[in-house]
Amino acid sequence: MEVPGLFNYWMAIILMMAGLYTVIARGNLVKKLVGLGVFQISVFVLYITMGKIKDGTAPILPAGPVDGVVFSNPLPHVLILTAIVVGIATTALGLALVVRIHEAFGTIEEDDIQDIEENEA
Amino acid sequence: MIELLDIVILGMMVVAALAVLWLRDLFAVAMLSGAYSLMGATLYVLLDAVDVAFTEAAVGAGIATVLMLGTLTLVPRQEKQGKKPSLAGLFTVAATGSLLIWATLDMPEYGDPDAPIHHHVAPRYMKDSTAEVGPPNVVTSVLASYRGYDTLGETTVIFTAAIGVMALLARGRRKP
Repeated sequence: MEVPGLFNYWMAIILMMAGLYTVIARGNLVKKLVGLGVFQISVFVLYITMGKIKDGTAPILPAGPVDGVVFSNPLPHVLILTAIVVGIATTALGLALVVRIHEAFGTIEEDDIQDIEENEA
Repeated sequence: MIELLDIVILGMMVVAALAVLWLRDLFAVAMLSGAYSLMGATLYVLLDAVDVAFTEAAVGAGIATVLMLGTLTLVPRQEKQGKKPSLAGLFTVAATGSLLIWATLDMPEYGDPDAPIHHHVAPRYMKDSTAEVGPPNVVTSVLASYRGYDTLGETTVIFTAAIGVMALLARGRRKP
C-alpha cells in the first residue's frame, strides 16, 4: 500500500487539533497545560518532518570523505531544540501558576474559579 | 516512501493524545504525556534528528513529567466530571484542522530533496561549518555560532521563566 507523501503532516495536524481541543474544552488547568504540550510536540513533528531528506542520515560530518552521503537538513533541528527548551520553561511557569491558583481558590477547575470570582464581586 | 515504523509511532501518538483528552485521572494524564513525548523522541530518531531526540527524551519526557507529578502532589488528582463537550470548540478545531490540511497540499512531499528548505542556507552550513566553526556535528555549529542570537534569546526566556517560578513559589505561603 502506498502511503501519500503528506501523511506525516496530516498526522501532525490531527495531533495539533487534539491538543487544541484539550485546551479549549477541558476546564482543568493541569489538563490544559498537558494539552498545550501535546500541541507543542505536534508542531515539532511537523518541523522535523520538513527537514528529512530521503535516504539521508543525521547531519554529523564523518572524518572521511563525504561524497555521495546525503545529510538531512540541520536547520529545523536547531529551531526545535530551542523550542523544546522554551516549551519546558513555559510549562514550568504555568504549573507554578496552577499551584498558586489552587492555594488562592482551593480548586483548579476553570468554571469553579469563575463562580468564586462572581460571588466575590 | 514513508516507513512502517513512522506510521506506527504516529498512530500511537494519536492514541496517546486522545487518551489525554479522555481520561479524568490526572496522574494517568501526566504519565501519558511523558509517554507521548518519548514516542515523539523515537520518531525524531527515525527522521534523523538525533540531537532533538535526546533533548526531547531528557526534557520533554523527563523533566516535564517530574514537574507535572510534583504539581499533582499539591493539587487534586481527579478532574471534575460532567463537563459537556464544547460544540463551539469542536467546530473551531474542525475548521482550523481542515484549513491546515488544505494548506499542506502545497507542501513538498516527505523526504523530497528538491524542497526549497534544503536549498537556502542549509547547504552552506553543511559545506563550510567544519572550516568556520569546527565541531563535526552541524547542529551544534548552527546552534552555537550561526544562530547564536537565537540561543541567547532562548537562555533569556529560561532565565525569565526561572525568575517567574521563583517569584510565584518562593514567596511566603499564605495560610489556606
